[in-house]
Amino acid sequence: MKIEILGTGCPKCKKLHELAEEAVKELGASAEITKVTDINKIIDYGVMVTPALVIDGEVKVAGKISSKEEIIKWIEEKK
Amino acid sequence: MNKCCCNAKLKLIYSCSGAANTGEMADQISRKLAKEGYGNMTCLASVGAHISGFVESAKRADENITIDGCSVACAKKILEHIGVTPTKSYALTEMGVEKGKTPSNEEIISKISNKIKKDLPLKADQENNAEGDKNSGCSCCSC
Repeated sequence: MKIEILGTGCPKCKKLHELAEEAVKELGASAEITKVTDINKIIDYGVMVTPALVIDGEVKVAGKISSKEEIIKWIEEKK
Repeated sequence: MNKCCCNAKLKLIYSCSGAANTGEMADQISRKLAKEGYGNMTCLASVGAHISGFVESAKRADENITIDGCSVACAKKILEHIGVTPTKSYALTEMGVEKGKTPSNEEIISKISNKIKKDLPLKADQENNAEGDKNSGCSCCSC
């Protein structure tokens, strides 16, 4: 599973990254988490506001920090 | 795209961009408004295709503005299909444009754009007005 955190590096982006890491750890899921800071790649996803979280190419949230519980739910759906 | 997650209201403009003169004008008016700072134009077709990034951005936007050529209102309805009610929606045929008749030229584009501008604050003005909120709640960045 590939999880991407889209954002240019603001604290909210970092927080979302932390929560994604915690969610993966809690589930013991096999997932690669990467940060995407390149504005062109972010725009390619159609994301107009950051932070955003993408799982296997699907944007799950944009413009806010989702809760760890939400991230866990999305990961479980993709398993 | 906004520079960061906290510095601005996200105001998105969608045009029907249909085949008729009305769709052509809706497209040109949307581009003009975006260039002049009334919002960010984004792709209606991508929302219709349920491309997740566009859908999530529409759901998260502070304002979604649709500019349709005619009263069939495809842009407005496409947003409604994803559960988003446009903040403001315009149909050019309700603003003096006749489908299949009114020529798409600079004069008409400017005339209709000016009507819409009277109804839409500039994005920068809204951001300045929101300065108080930003200072009190934002811990996002140093913007």
